[in-house]
Amino acid sequence: MPEPLFTPEEQLQFDRGIDELLTHYPPDRKSAAMLPALRHLQTLKGWLPPEGMALVAQRLGTTKERAYEVATFYVMFHTEKPGRYVIDVCTNLSCALRGAEGLLTYMEQKLGTHAGTNGDKYFLRETECLASCGTAPCLQINEDHHENLNKAKVDALLEKLK
Amino acid sequence: MTHAAPVEKVMTKNWANPGQNTLEGYQRSGGYTALKTALEWAPAKVIDEVKKSNLRGRGGAGFPTGLKWSFVPKDNPKPKYLAINADESEPGTAKDRFILENDPHMLLEGIAIACWALGAHTCYIYARGEFKYPSAVLDKAIAEAYAAGIFGKKLLGKDFELNVYQVRGAGAYICGEETALLESLEGKKGWPRLKPPFPAVVGLFGCPTVVNNVETIASLPPIINQGAEWFAKLGTEKSGGTRLVTLSGCVNRPGTYEVGMHTSLRDLIYADEFGQGLPAGRMVKAVIPGGSSAPVLNAAELDTKLEFEAFKPMQSMAGSGGVIVMDDTCCMVRCLWRVARFYAEESCGQCTPCREGQPWMARLLRKIEEGLGDMDDLKTLMNVAASIAPWPPIGLGNTICALGDAGALPVQSFVTKFKDDFVKHIENKGCPHGDKPWGHFGDFV
Ligand SMILES: Cc1cc2nc3c(=O)[nH]c(=O)nc-3n(C[C@H](O)[C@H](O)[C@H](O)COP(=O)(O)O)c2cc1C
Ligand code: SF4
Ligand code: FES
Repeated sequence: MPEPLFTPEEQLQFDRGIDELLTHYPPDRKSAAMLPALRHLQTLKGWLPPEGMALVAQRLGTTKERAYEVATFYVMFHTEKPGRYVIDVCTNLSCALRGAEGLLTYMEQKLGTHAGTNGDKYFLRETECLASCGTAPCLQINEDHHENLNKAKVDALLEKLK
Repeated sequence: MTHAAPVEKVMTKNWANPGQNTLEGYQRSGGYTALKTALEWAPAKVIDEVKKSNLRGRGGAGFPTGLKWSFVPKDNPKPKYLAINADESEPGTAKDRFILENDPHMLLEGIAIACWALGAHTCYIYARGEFKYPSAVLDKAIAEAYAAGIFGKKLLGKDFELNVYQVRGAGAYICGEETALLESLEGKKGWPRLKPPFPAVVGLFGCPTVVNNVETIASLPPIINQGAEWFAKLGTEKSGGTRLVTLSGCVNRPGTYEVGMHTSLRDLIYADEFGQGLPAGRMVKAVIPGGSSAPVLNAAELDTKLEFEAFKPMQSMAGSGGVIVMDDTCCMVRCLWRVARFYAEESCGQCTPCREGQPWMARLLRKIEEGLGDMDDLKTLMNVAASIAPWPPIGLGNTICALGDAGALPVQSFVTKFKDDFVKHIENKGCPHGDKPWGHFGDFV
């Protein structure tokens, strides 16, 4: 028997979350809840396992292909299991003018990885403008936002990632 | 020391008040009195007031808000929707997030006023997926508004149901384009729709839908409280109010500031209240005035006012208020390459000129930056851009949505205004700035 996707506790949370989301849309538009529903699944499991996407699709009255199509369109959805820490560094223009290229190189050196490579512990990526242009440079660690960065601040942040 | 003409604070007036981002704090500074007033008026009067205020959309296009609202058909029996654009992804732009973080009820009160005026009983706020903190503050504010009986079955006690939901995106710039936003709200990938029909007629779930930016709608409470005339008078002839701009790049004090429509780019960059100039010895070389889609300006064009009409003669736009400053030690090729790479990444892939053209332009720019380009590459670059959108711009280009133009116009304006820089790369077979292309603040320290 394959291991079930959810523990009983997770199953409860999953169902409750989907039930709540469905109240936000007209009854004949259940599939509109796709983005929030996938986000909900990703919050529970850390990524979007195929069986999970199939469940989402089923609850939303649509096909698993539709779920997959949506999941792969948006960069924040992980259709493959990411490293424990997903680190997104903005290298867009406003950040680049405040040292973002150097920040990215510094991160690569400190973490011993290359941008774009998914590892067990770190998944370092270049990302687009994160609305911190006036407080550049910036990055996000598992969606937590950090701005006005310098080497000392980055060192302190990385200290905490055990 | 240089000072700009004083600006009456409208949007940021209460940000420093303790607890302003809670319902209690918001009510302490007069919150929800505008909604009370608006609910005593007929919806048509509210729309009229918004028209008179000269409020123009702060999301990018600067479209008159009252006029947009009047396109919603009166006799359509379908439900109407309001969709708030909180996708804030235009490079250089960081303002809506501060409204959500500092004064979320200002947006929520604006939403209630707009929904009353439009006869909409449901509003979706589409926030970009990366906004973890701003979205959390907003969620809390929404919950407070329900608990206090402001939203729900009876809007502030009135026989008018209003439900407001926040939906979070998941990382796609294109979903800031209004029809891609609607597709995404319908649970799909963000592929823009052909217009017409416009969303005001056929929008979310096939129903009439108004899409407005966060800052636009957050402007409504002060308009109702202090009157359309007051708001109009704050601004210039055709652009009412004040606006939030984000100043970034090579200035001493980058940040998000509330400016007057009469404030010039020069004042924004140099005045003590705002950017405080550039480091000693540095000068402005180039400025992108309204988010990275807006055609670039040179140092001779800094006296332009930050209002919506003023950039037209320069073939540029006030856009989303993202002002990006490049100093005289920045490499224009490298800066443009960075912008081009963004549009290449973010093209949704639906139209051939955009899907193929944006990455092609990014590759050509990289080639020139690395000293491997020739004059034919420069010609090809401009031809590819022209196949997406003509230059000078004459309205919409050859693609389904304006992302096509957004990627082509920077290329065309950079190459037109700073041609020498491109030619030098080609003639010298390399970047004249060596490994320091990003100007005074470009090192990571
Ligand atoms: C590619 C593209 C991206 C856009 N991104 C945003 C955005 O992030 N936020 C926004 O408010 N408007 C954005 N817009 C503009 C919207 O399409 C729309 O005009 C705006 O939300 C309308 O609101 P307003 O009239 O209040 O400005 C974008 C447009 C395009 C073409
Ligand atoms: S112009 Fe680009 S982003 Fe817009 S619909 Fe076409 S391919 Fe998609
Ligand atoms: S360019 Fe990096 S946050 Fe905007």
